[in-house]
Amino acid sequence: MTKLDQLANWCRKNSLWPMPFATACCGIELMATGASRHDIARFGAEAMRFTPRQCDLMIIAGRIVMKMVPVMQRIWLQMPEPKWCISMGACASSGGVFDTYAVVQGMDRFIPVDIYVPGCPPRPEQLIQAVIDLQEKIQQTGTLKGREFEQRQTLEGPVALPLTALRPADLIVAPGNYLTATRQNSH
Amino acid sequence: MPVPPSDIRWVEEPKLGLAEMLYLPSIAQGMITTMKRIVQPKITQEFPEQRPQLPANYRGVHRLNRDEQGRVRCVACYMCSTACPAHCIDIVAAPSPWPDREKYPETFVIDELRCIYCGMCEQACPVDAIELTTLCDLTGFSREEMMFDKEKLLSVFDQTVQRGTDPVRTRGGRLGVASELPPEGGVTTSSTAQS
Repeated sequence: MTKLDQLANWCRKNSLWPMPFATACCGIELMATGASRHDIARFGAEAMRFTPRQCDLMIIAGRIVMKMVPVMQRIWLQMPEPKWCISMGACASSGGVFDTYAVVQGMDRFIPVDIYVPGCPPRPEQLIQAVIDLQEKIQQTGTLKGREFEQRQTLEGPVALPLTALRPADLIVAPGNYLTATRQNSH
Repeated sequence: MPVPPSDIRWVEEPKLGLAEMLYLPSIAQGMITTMKRIVQPKITQEFPEQRPQLPANYRGVHRLNRDEQGRVRCVACYMCSTACPAHCIDIVAAPSPWPDREKYPETFVIDELRCIYCGMCEQACPVDAIELTTLCDLTGFSREEMMFDKEKLLSVFDQTVQRGTDPVRTRGGRLGVASELPPEGGVTTSSTAQS
């Protein structure tokens, strides 16, 4: 990595413009992060643009239903490179309590996510910590003109989970042996 | 049904006077507010250096408590995973190698991303094995990294106890009723009558 790349990364990490994709209560904490008590402007990420054309950081705050996915993917594609994504809260990261047919079980099935923030909703400090971690990641990766993209031979993107990982039978553990309630004999 | 014209009230824009058209009073008012904020005490919390003052019962990252011999306190009764509204706890029980309990958790995995930090596992636990700490700045780079297994949850216990911010909330350091072996001759109703 050359000095010029490092300079570009330094510029990028200190002027993250978030695209607040706030669909639920995590958006309230996102607003609190931008307000004066927590003040995300200390990290250069206060310019929340409500148009994807001017943003480089997508903060998905809240649950995403299947009908919202095309909208979200379109907004993600409209954002210019280089771009990053923070998945904020339990619903955006994994579906949370909403384990239903309508709610997407994790944003990373559809768009690449850089940082996951757990919590329901996360504290503003947690989101600030995510921005700090993302700044570190930006400083260590990426080049000035995107040389790393030219070396790609195949399409890359979020990897689908294997079907066995989605079976609800694996989610709730049923005791195998009735007397001791263990699964040792069942394997 | 159409609205009769007698019920319609047309509101006119207020006429602007000279002061409003010059904008000068409004600018002065705004500058007064700005100057007030400059001299007022600052409320911004400088987060990475200045940590928030959290109450001791704050519900942050989970931990699995150790007993006085350093063993995991959990007895794998599945109460927490049953109470969990998000189904984020996965326990595999095994016969215990220790004489004071029947079972112990062979694996104990909490999906921190799916958890909603409601504290119901802590309330449901009969032996005070699972507790929520005041660690509040957890982030992760991948979903696999956020699946906390037994060793990780025990290391959270070691860290938080060493820091001294999260003391163990137990009943005198002893295991509770649910961990006792069943009495000779089968299960009686005496234990249920006590509760």
